[in-house]
Amino acid sequence: MKQKLFNDTTLFLTFAAAILLMPIWLAPLGASYPDLLQKFAIYGIFAIGYNILFGLTGYLSFGHAAFLGVGSYAAVWSFKLFTMNAIPAVLFGVFFAGVLALIIGYLSLRRSGIYFSILTLAFAQMSYNLAYSVLTPITNGETGLQLTLQDPRMIDAMFIEVGEGLPITNLFGIKMSGYSGFYFCAVLLIICFYISLRIFRSPFGLMLRGIKSNQNRMNYTGLNTRPYMLAAFVISGMFAGLAGSLLAVTDPLAGAERMQWTASGEVVLMTILGGVGTLIGPILGAGLIKYFENIFSSFNNNILHDFFSFLPDTLENIVVQVTGLFVGGGWHLTLGLLFVIVVVYLPGGIVEGFQRLARLLSRKKQPDKTSSSLKNQSAE
Amino acid sequence: MENLVLHLDNIQKNFAGLRALADVNLHIEKGKTHAIIGPNGAGKSTLLNVCVGRLAPDSGKVIFDGDELTGLKPHEITQKGVARVFQTPEIFQELTLLENTMLPALSKRDGAFSFNPFRTMRSQTDINDEAQDILEDVGLAEQMKQIAGSLSRGDKRRLELAMCLILRPRLLLLDEPTAGMSRHDTNQTIELLNKIKKGGMTKIIIEHDMHVVFSLADKVSVLARGKIIASGLPEDVRGDPVVKEAYLGGAQE
Repeated sequence: MKQKLFNDTTLFLTFAAAILLMPIWLAPLGASYPDLLQKFAIYGIFAIGYNILFGLTGYLSFGHAAFLGVGSYAAVWSFKLFTMNAIPAVLFGVFFAGVLALIIGYLSLRRSGIYFSILTLAFAQMSYNLAYSVLTPITNGETGLQLTLQDPRMIDAMFIEVGEGLPITNLFGIKMSGYSGFYFCAVLLIICFYISLRIFRSPFGLMLRGIKSNQNRMNYTGLNTRPYMLAAFVISGMFAGLAGSLLAVTDPLAGAERMQWTASGEVVLMTILGGVGTLIGPILGAGLIKYFENIFSSFNNNILHDFFSFLPDTLENIVVQVTGLFVGGGWHLTLGLLFVIVVVYLPGGIVEGFQRLARLLSRKKQPDKTSSSLKNQSAE
Repeated sequence: MENLVLHLDNIQKNFAGLRALADVNLHIEKGKTHAIIGPNGAGKSTLLNVCVGRLAPDSGKVIFDGDELTGLKPHEITQKGVARVFQTPEIFQELTLLENTMLPALSKRDGAFSFNPFRTMRSQTDINDEAQDILEDVGLAEQMKQIAGSLSRGDKRRLELAMCLILRPRLLLLDEPTAGMSRHDTNQTIELLNKIKKGGMTKIIIEHDMHVVFSLADKVSVLARGKIIASGLPEDVRGDPVVKEAYLGGAQE
């Protein structure tokens, strides 16, 4: 039986505090600059949403990047046509991703298991190709969708004087880059976490876990599994759309590569690495992968030489040569190894690792008591 | 005719040319326990599958309390008040016993689909109480926080029975409810089934174990080669030479 270490309120408050204080506690790790923090928050949202589908129902979608991409395109169009304000952009992103998820989900959910995965993959690749070539008038194809000086920006035009150069994204005047951009994403991440927490604890969440466990029994319990699945699929698609639109809010351009299958695969990795079906896991996974991608990849041999300078020269050179393979451009190698280790030894991901650690520590404390009481008994 | 709850009219079912059910007619009385027995391969499981919508019959009709069930999906049939216990227990292995029983309670209250992601399970006190009561009834209340997958086979079956009972079905179908059980577990199950008999629920039992059949059934029908060859009170059927022929003749080969 699982021990309940936290109740939900403390869990949520701890989470919110940890996210909002990220600029402080991530500073020693060299990860406290706003661009990276924004990525942590955005991909955290992506992974939370993905986990609602994959973690609760067990349906492995390989096409969630399509929703991420649609969210970005919708947001950039909102900047181009209406206003540089982030709120409409986010709403458009979520809405269009939801619509696309409804269509793809409706068709893909006719199958389960590997066939479902392949269908979602096929739809995502179709979306990618549409964005890349066929729909060039909407997506600007290879170049990607960007802001231009000629954009109408109808709402902004009514209220704000057109300045020199390209306008920047804002939230009622607060610019959406740097730390203010991070805090906008962070607040949305916290809201998303709250929604996910509520879903996990709701009767709806229990139904989704029932689907993962035994669909046959669900049917013979009088439950129609299809609309439950579709609801989970659309919700997770909307989370992905939100993440996509936030990518555009922090950097207003959208390209087709955001829809590629590697991006779909990345969110699967994040979720599994962190812990499938756990509340916190996917966010940890997202953070870890983005940390590796941005920090580990920038390590070079000079940094390694500094790090291992306490070793004798010859040994230092050898160690740097070997470890050098795993950093810089080789960060994928480290990530791959980490992934293999996690899947083989910790199927529950990082979260399971923490749980085992906690259990180990509490067990270490308890034997002290029992052994001392044993001693007392034997002394008598 | 008024006290008949389930009618199977001229049910036929073929599997790739093999005749599984040839013109089955069966009428089940309300509130009674009706056992269907017969040698292996007689079509007993096929008959149950037709009743719950898992298989569509090639021809014929299933009528339950005035509603035609043929062509409906399993969840629709279940919502109409037909529950089924499987030969190997179909439970939610990864969920706790309490969750296993709360889930059907929710289905009974909210129907085939309800979207309520912002209510918490903890606030569903009525569902929680109901689930605990039913676990109490089947003697599993102490293990309610356990994961269902960790139960013994006999306990899994009792859990599955609890999950069906909480749906308060008007018709309960049991597919060999004591298969693979020890004598002790079998007797416990018989006791449990006899206990719920008072509720006025109609039951159809498929069973190999004659001990179980004669301790539970009000009426027995014998299915052989896809046909009902005899139907009546247990004592009458036991003495029927046609039945002996079909049963023992098959068994001695």
